[in-house]
Amino acid sequence: MKLKVNDKEVETGATTLSQLSQELDLPATGIAVAVNQRMIPRNNWNTHPLNEGDSIIIIKAVCGG
Amino acid sequence: MEKLIIAGREFNSRLFLGTGKFQSNEQMKQAILASETEMVTVAMKRVELDDKEDDLLNHILNPNIQLLPNTSGVRNAEEAVFAAQLAREAFGTNWLKLEIHPDPKYLLPDSIETLKATEQLVKLGFVVLPYCQADPTLCKHLEEAGAATVMPLGAPIGTNKGLQTRDFLRIIIEQANVPVIVDAGIGAPSHAAEAMEMGASACLVNTAIAVAGNPVEMAVAFKEAVIAGRRAYEAGLGSVGHNMVASASSPLTAFLNE
Repeated sequence: MKLKVNDKEVETGATTLSQLSQELDLPATGIAVAVNQRMIPRNNWNTHPLNEGDSIIIIKAVCGG
Repeated sequence: MEKLIIAGREFNSRLFLGTGKFQSNEQMKQAILASETEMVTVAMKRVELDDKEDDLLNHILNPNIQLLPNTSGVRNAEEAVFAAQLAREAFGTNWLKLEIHPDPKYLLPDSIETLKATEQLVKLGFVVLPYCQADPTLCKHLEEAGAATVMPLGAPIGTNKGLQTRDFLRIIIEQANVPVIVDAGIGAPSHAAEAMEMGASACLVNTAIAVAGNPVEMAVAFKEAVIAGRRAYEAGLGSVGHNMVASASSPLTAFLNE
């Protein structure tokens, strides 16, 4: 299915957030993920289902004042 | 020197550092160490999927440092709450520098959205340090909403213009029951010292250190200025006269003349 990850279209076989995280090789710490503008805690990634067209945002730290 | 306490956490340093605009992560790290700061801000950005650059946090984190994620980039309270939740998840801290500045030219904070977001974030368990206008009434409202500090600006972000708002800062400091941290516009150690002499609890500095000729030396200069200003405040400054008539500090009689 197709998802939007940080506004980029991504074709994936993942059906949960943890599968997607493995597919994208996301780091184990220092990031957060939101699906359709809702933050999903890492503990729930296993059970959080993904659906066609979901919009995913993944953020990390950057320098700032 | 009295220790600074925010939300139950003790800080030995009254200088907070922003991490923007340094030439490299290594330079930023050296400036952080030299400043002896115990509070460091970071921003958030979207991960680029193909990019495997090292994690900024590796250059910042140590047990003495409280990480203070900011909400830079949000335009209203709703976006700020969303960003705060992402920050808490990503960085494992409920401390937050709330900044809502929808205007890209002057980056001035939106008071109404900042107050709204503070109310909501406090209820969600965040330790909220709002960047705000140097408005004494607003600062009282933020305090009543449960803000852990108020962070009024000296001048617009990155301008290095110093304490353009000094008269209002004085009123804010006089009235506040939470620490007052002067944020934004501090461009020289003398500005930081002035804020501390006025009784500010701390200063947050970024641009003035990061873009200095030698950022590590400038970090030391700011550290010393903040300490000097605070010591002066605690020692009790002599009053400033309002006229030009001198007041001798040495005896004028009893030497050559009877």
